[in-house]
Amino acid sequence: MSDTQKIIEIEVLRYNPESDQEPHSQVYKVPFTDDMSVLQGAQYIKDNFDGSLTYRWSCRMAICGSCGMMINGVPKLSCETFLRDYYPNRIRIEAMAHFPIEKDLVVDLSGFMEKLEAIQPYIIPKEPRTLEQGEYIQTPSQFAEFIQYTSCINCTLCYAACPQVGLNPDFIGPAAIALAHRYNMDSRDGGQAQRMELLASEDGVYNCSAVGYCSEVCPKHVDPGNAVNVNKIHAAKDYFLRFLSPKGGSK
Amino acid sequence: MDGWWKKNPHFVEYMIHEGTAVFVAAYALTLLCGLVRLGQGEAAWNAWLEALKSPFSLVAHVVFLAAIAYHAFTWFKLFPLTMPPMVVNGKKVAPEVMVNTGLAAAVAAALALLGFVWRIAA
Repeated sequence: MSDTQKIIEIEVLRYNPESDQEPHSQVYKVPFTDDMSVLQGAQYIKDNFDGSLTYRWSCRMAICGSCGMMINGVPKLSCETFLRDYYPNRIRIEAMAHFPIEKDLVVDLSGFMEKLEAIQPYIIPKEPRTLEQGEYIQTPSQFAEFIQYTSCINCTLCYAACPQVGLNPDFIGPAAIALAHRYNMDSRDGGQAQRMELLASEDGVYNCSAVGYCSEVCPKHVDPGNAVNVNKIHAAKDYFLRFLSPKGGSK
Repeated sequence: MDGWWKKNPHFVEYMIHEGTAVFVAAYALTLLCGLVRLGQGEAAWNAWLEALKSPFSLVAHVVFLAAIAYHAFTWFKLFPLTMPPMVVNGKKVAPEVMVNTGLAAAVAAALALLGFVWRIAA
């Protein structure tokens, strides 16, 4: 270690369900270089100060969606957030907001998984085709309708950003609704009426009050907030046109 | 979740935006009062016009104007979030174009209305 080694203070929200009544903060002095991410800072703590520090990570290049945490209160992927941008101030890292903490920086995602499953995130064919009939044909403009929403990596930063998820944990939430929208917009899909039942329900899109922070924190520019708000219009159409063509949440 | 909106500048801005809607409602009520007074006859209508000229009313209207202008500005800023994606000539319209077009239309409509009322008053 050279004399010019820079040291940053990292305050970590620690919680061990076996010994702690509630989460508490612990501060570590971490030597760092300009190319070190917050994730690498956490790895330094685990390797050098406390091997029990628990967090999720995998790819280190913002595509696996595992390493989300609250960094100075903002939901971010820790692998693409750099310590140099916070130095010389102290940096505070916490488990993602609005999720139950499992241990330290690891949250329980089972509620999110259930929501994801509930919106049927797969193509429900409009007209099933046999092998002999060949592939489904899709034009570039039909593809453009949904491609943006396929970029979601399920990092759940948008859930940590959404105050309505915090107020109502049953709200289906931004990422799951964006994925529902992705399949609804797919020209090969015929499952919109089924998904709209959920999107128009009490746990659906109307929980959103257009805070818009979900889209701001999204590391993949999916714009889940727009998917949620567009489906308010779809749900309203289903409601008002229910006598002409009953479908979706108004069947 | 207590005090959640104080924890992030984005949420503070959101609360101010939503909060200024109260001034939109207050101004709508002021105009509604005028309508009711108009229905009550000439004397009542003139009394309402006089009340509008009071210092309290003038200050209130300056506050209304500032709050409603802010509300309108932040409301148009939400366009890209709340509107369905717009496609022109096969290309998606950029968010800033949506916001700026909305703002320009609002300013043009406000100026047109102002000019119209000015001419009637003159």
